Amino acid sequence: MPATYHHGLHRYSLVLLACTFLLLIAGALVTSNDAALAVPDWPLSYGTLTPPMVGGIFYEHSHRVIAAAIGFLMILLAVWTWRAESRRWVRWLSLAALGAVILQGVLGGLTVLLNLHYGMPIAHACLAQIFFGAIMGMALFTSRWWISEQPAIPDSGSPSIHTFALVNAAAVFLQVILGAGFRHKSMPIWPHIIGAFVVAATITWTALTLRHRFGNVREMKLARILINAVFGLQFMLGVAAWASRLMTVDAPQPLPAVVALTVIHTVTGALTFACSLLVVMLCYRMVPRSREAALAPARTGAAIS
Amino acid sequence: MYYGKKFGNFPTLALLAIAAALSFLAAACGNQGNSGKGAPLERSSAPPAVVDPATAGSVSGVVRLDGPVPPARKIIMSGDAACAPADQEPPVSQEVVADAQGNLSNVVIYVKGGIGNFSFAIPKTPVEINQRGCLYSPHVAAAMAGQTVTFHNADKTIHNIHPQPKNNPSWNRSQSPGAPAIEESFSREEIAIPVMCNVHPWMRSYLAVFNHPYFAVSGAGGVFEIRNLPPGNYTLEAWHEKYGTMRQSLVISAKEAAKVSVVFRSDAGVGR
Repeated sequence: MPATYHHGLHRYSLVLLACTFLLLIAGALVTSNDAALAVPDWPLSYGTLTPPMVGGIFYEHSHRVIAAAIGFLMILLAVWTWRAESRRWVRWLSLAALGAVILQGVLGGLTVLLNLHYGMPIAHACLAQIFFGAIMGMALFTSRWWISEQPAIPDSGSPSIHTFALVNAAAVFLQVILGAGFRHKSMPIWPHIIGAFVVAATITWTALTLRHRFGNVREMKLARILINAVFGLQFMLGVAAWASRLMTVDAPQPLPAVVALTVIHTVTGALTFACSLLVVMLCYRMVPRSREAALAPARTGAAIS
Repeated sequence: MYYGKKFGNFPTLALLAIAAALSFLAAACGNQGNSGKGAPLERSSAPPAVVDPATAGSVSGVVRLDGPVPPARKIIMSGDAACAPADQEPPVSQEVVADAQGNLSNVVIYVKGGIGNFSFAIPKTPVEINQRGCLYSPHVAAAMAGQTVTFHNADKTIHNIHPQPKNNPSWNRSQSPGAPAIEESFSREEIAIPVMCNVHPWMRSYLAVFNHPYFAVSGAGGVFEIRNLPPGNYTLEAWHEKYGTMRQSLVISAKEAAKVSVVFRSDAGVGR
């Protein structure tokens, strides 16, 4: 059965994507302000839903409230997708995203209850980026562009562009883990610095391959420019955030400039990972793998309502 | 040719991604927290002796900072109006507290090695740590392992008390204005445990925990004294939160009141 475009579902996915981005900012603010344990209990905050919003409690409790709202919005998205979407794998993706946001809430609670031990803050930070990527996928897969017919672009190169894109996304996610490890004081900075150069290499390699093989494909060109721009910004933000930390090492508290730079660096990291996933998705959507190209000369698809 | 396939093998990819994520979570869970592995107190198999006060000596002295004293940094308490009135000068960081002569407060001085096989009673008097004006007082404290440490909240705002030990179990408790004192103890030696309040991220103090009673914290003028020390050859160590540790030898004869000078260099910061 051909997929059907649901304008409302797509728009709702986009809204949830924007809200999730806000949640990433709220979460990054908690860490940058050293406020993760400002509220020692969970799921309530000081035994209530309305704790005094002072100091670190403001950041931690706001993060919890926004996260709860996202969880509620995600339930609606899963139900809506399950009812309206004909593609089974999209329905399962929405359910997986719902599972991820529930797990994320539990990890957040364990982060508090286990006093930041057992790698919980790192797992919480990394799952946030996976969830963000999943919602970006939902927004893309429910778009009119995705459902409509697209030209199948042959890829004669080796390794395939899919391999490039996957290796790049894996490298970016590894860098996300290393960054979270440093941010949560579980590892030194140098693995994250090495990771930055590895990611620079994989992104450059992927972008050059996209340009070489699919230079005339508009979507590929846009994705290439986007990932280059976001990573370039992220690299500079990383340098600035690290420099600001070094310059304020004797400060008695997190200073606004450090908080701002580290938060922007963190959420731009999430955008970099999302862009790398976007490249993967575009490649799988537009470029048939060799065995698929051999199987079917043409596959058309979608009804637009 | 058109390619309208419904993202054929993406579910497989998604499963692989989930498996990778779970592997990561499992690996992260392998990073154990503070399991409470502490340095055991070295003891011989012989029954422990009691220090003879008739022969015990003492060591006292002054801790000094060699070099310029870094300027105290102002603390911004605007995040909680109950911490400091807006019309008052903001308080300053207590990381380096030294007088005009460079005499350094808040240094923990202790006997590191050379203590024989003695038994020490745990003091019944608790170590008191107050939260006043959204600052800890004292900024640096020391206790014996097992000794009660009492936290008081004299502020009109909420605090959380979050020690971050490496060798003791960690905990995190809140304390509302007017709430009863929180009593805790630490069972293993550790120098020094950072204690912080995440509601007010500038609030940080240190608690040093020892298996013996031979420790002191330098007060105003950098002065300290360790008493009732049996005669012997010791290693005396001093710890400061910014300048790290200094070590020197110490020989105590019977009833001797030794004088030592501990000097930190101001360019020897270890950071946090």
